[in-house]
Amino acid sequence: MTQYLIRRLLIAIPSLLGISVVLFTILALAPGDPFEELATNPAIPPDVRANLRASLGMDDPIHQRYLNWLFAMLRGEWGYSFVSRVNVDQLILQRLPTTIIVIGAAQLLALCVALPVGVYAATRPYSLFDKIANTLAFVGFSLPTFFTGLLLILLFSITLDWLPFVYRAQIDATGWRWWWEHIRQSIMPVLVLGLFQGAALVRFVRSAVLDVVRLDHVTTARAKGLPESTVTLKHVVRNAMIPVVTLVALQMPIVFGGAIVTEQIFRIPGIGSLLITAILANDTPVIMAVTFVFACLVILFNLIADVLYGWLDPRISYR
Amino acid sequence: MTEDDLRGLIARVKDGNLSRRGFVKRLAAVGFTAPMATQLLAIAGAAPAAAQTLPAYRPTRRGGGGALKVLYWQASTLLNPHFASGTTNQDSSRVFYEPLAGWASDGTLVPILAAEIPSRENGGLSGDGRSVTWKMKRGVKWHDGQEFSADDVVFNWEYSRNPQVATVTSGSYRDVNVVKVDDYTVRVEFPQPTPFWADAFVGGTGQMIPRHLFKDFAGPNARDAPTNLRPVGTSAYKFVSFAPGDTLRAELNPNYHMDNRPYFDTLEVKGGGDAVSAARAVLQTGDYDYAWNMQVEDEILKRLEAANRGKINIVEGGGIEFVQLNATDPNREVDGERSHISTQHPAFRDPAVRQAMALLIDRNALEQFIYGRGGPATANFLNNPPRFRSENMRFEFSIQKANEVLDAAGWARGRDGIRAKDGVRLRFVYQTSVNAPRQRTQAVYKQAAQRAGIDLELKSVTASVFFSSDVANPDTYTKLYADMQMYTTTMPQADPERFMNQYVSWEVSSKANNWQGRNIVRWRSEEYDRIFRESQGELDPIKRAALFVRMNDLVVSSNHVIPLVRRPTVSASLNNLRHVLSAWDLTMWYLNDWYRET
Repeated sequence: MTQYLIRRLLIAIPSLLGISVVLFTILALAPGDPFEELATNPAIPPDVRANLRASLGMDDPIHQRYLNWLFAMLRGEWGYSFVSRVNVDQLILQRLPTTIIVIGAAQLLALCVALPVGVYAATRPYSLFDKIANTLAFVGFSLPTFFTGLLLILLFSITLDWLPFVYRAQIDATGWRWWWEHIRQSIMPVLVLGLFQGAALVRFVRSAVLDVVRLDHVTTARAKGLPESTVTLKHVVRNAMIPVVTLVALQMPIVFGGAIVTEQIFRIPGIGSLLITAILANDTPVIMAVTFVFACLVILFNLIADVLYGWLDPRISYR
Repeated sequence: MTEDDLRGLIARVKDGNLSRRGFVKRLAAVGFTAPMATQLLAIAGAAPAAAQTLPAYRPTRRGGGGALKVLYWQASTLLNPHFASGTTNQDSSRVFYEPLAGWASDGTLVPILAAEIPSRENGGLSGDGRSVTWKMKRGVKWHDGQEFSADDVVFNWEYSRNPQVATVTSGSYRDVNVVKVDDYTVRVEFPQPTPFWADAFVGGTGQMIPRHLFKDFAGPNARDAPTNLRPVGTSAYKFVSFAPGDTLRAELNPNYHMDNRPYFDTLEVKGGGDAVSAARAVLQTGDYDYAWNMQVEDEILKRLEAANRGKINIVEGGGIEFVQLNATDPNREVDGERSHISTQHPAFRDPAVRQAMALLIDRNALEQFIYGRGGPATANFLNNPPRFRSENMRFEFSIQKANEVLDAAGWARGRDGIRAKDGVRLRFVYQTSVNAPRQRTQAVYKQAAQRAGIDLELKSVTASVFFSSDVANPDTYTKLYADMQMYTTTMPQADPERFMNQYVSWEVSSKANNWQGRNIVRWRSEEYDRIFRESQGELDPIKRAALFVRMNDLVVSSNHVIPLVRRPTVSASLNNLRHVLSAWDLTMWYLNDWYRET
């Protein structure tokens, strides 16, 4: 097992290197620079801008800039934001808690909705419940988050005036009020993200469970006289979980990306909105760092999925 | 009324023989507007400038106003004014740092850290225009309790002009010399007579950072200064916390140097999101007190205003949406460069064609149906401050008149209905950036031109390409590889010198200067050059204003430049919020006077 893990981690190194080369080249070839705004301001002479570029090392050749970035990264220096003039790791760390809270809550909500609904629908295929669940799931994943987000804002913030639609990371309150304010402002973004994820998962869980329900070992378990709940939970669900785990694990990085839109709508200071502002401002070191974090997440969650397989199905061994 | 009459009247006001109200009345009788008349008094030193340019401040004690919540749809990323590229960062720095003086909405100076505005009368301005002496307020303290003094002012000059620090404000500081006269007086010296002396230490680029916290970081290590993210200034609000790209929080400064100010106990500036939802958060739900830069269609704003919680603030500045008729030929290449200055546009060299083009755009329709309150129609290129606005220009929309002008000049309609003369057809490429109101304006223009026998080929370029300085791209606005184009140009200062240099011959945009020249339409006039040079050395403000009015008239009546609509800044605020806004300074320029009416 340890050997397997080490081997997998070693294999990840060349792929991460490859990803970083591709990212860096694309960013370097893209037009625009972080001081574009200065170009149209008549009060700032063009050579002031040239001096700024030079001071941040933006005029060096691409390969040299890449090597500088790579060696700094190996020493644990994530780079220095052109726009904020602070270290990138500081920027990312500042936003990590909010991202994890909102996205974690959304993912939990998705699982809490999708697992019971999917399993229950699969054990009673083509019943009324199954049909309703299916229809809602279709509606759910056909509606993009930017649309449902605006819809919820119009309904709950503007018409009913129940929930705020501007997310505030710092709230001046203590005790239960602090919790209440945080929950109140998180309800809409978590609903939007969670239900979108959950809708797709319901369909997936349902088909995975349907596949297993028809297998011989389930019939055997029923023939032994085991209660229906034991059959479903121990014999069906555990076996059906393997494809679901893959999907959830591989979706995690996509969720970070998909949250960009939601974060923009609700003004949540998460990693997704950091990426968007960095792209709009041509802040290369931040774009590099955030996309690199995403790349690491993809590789990490792939590994986690592989490790979980063995726990769910002991027949799968690590070699 | 001649210049001499005017001077006589002003002298009588100064001597006390004529009341200020009487002066305004007399000028109104001969067609001067009231703001213009009071302006003349202020410029001539016969009026206390600040008293009339700022709204009254009513709270009678400091604090007690609760929280002020401001929404920016573009988030600020840093808090050092010398590194602040872009207005959002300048605004958030301005919450903590103050300049010696700021610009009020009518284009007059208001003292902030200065004890008074330098003038000829108080000896602040030298007669030769080569130096200005600033006297500073005494007893001003930084938020950490240290005394603010002339050393801080001199330090800001050294810090900004140091190439190793690489500041964005260096343009305002590197050509001047700053001398400490005593602990509360500094002198700014200019290499040549300078009528516009209020650039260094004034407004957005004039914000003072404390010497005692930055002096060890005034070199290549400037980025490591901890104060870059934890500002210590002199303003009405002290720093609490800052998350780059998200929220800035501040609290009341109990030792602020202006009495009874500020009113609010805490301040929160939230960034991010989009303009429409920011407008909703103020106008519809009232969650926020103020939202910055409402780039939203006027129709939507009017609908949101119907909730009656907040209102839209329109602040007139110098921004103008206008059309340029290329003076050079965009279709002929000379030395690897199109629109070369040695060529002439085959059609636009005829004044009749240019006049017809100016007659064919319906500015009132643009205001009424496209821009709303965000774009009042105008005949002038230089619109503000009011003392520089020309009264001589008129605009007209008449297809019939355009047809008559073209007929008289010999441009005859061909078989396809398009006019031509000597083999030159009136068919023009009309480019602008991708932006809904601009595409609608293009369509309006094209329709009217068609009825006068002129065919406009519409072209729109993505804004990030159109406004970029990319030398390799043929579609940038500075290259002007088209017959005509349209965009908005802004005026960053209350003085028009850096605005009107857009038409001097030495600023012509060309390959030689990497298309960074400011004269993009490539129109040249010896008379204009001469008047511009004269204005650079003219120290008498009244004569100087007359020179800029003349420049405006020259360029507008050439019809190479067709002004369409003014572009004021638009913001949203709650009905009970009393703010002080200015088009010539930052949104936060007088934050200390904001309060809530109860």
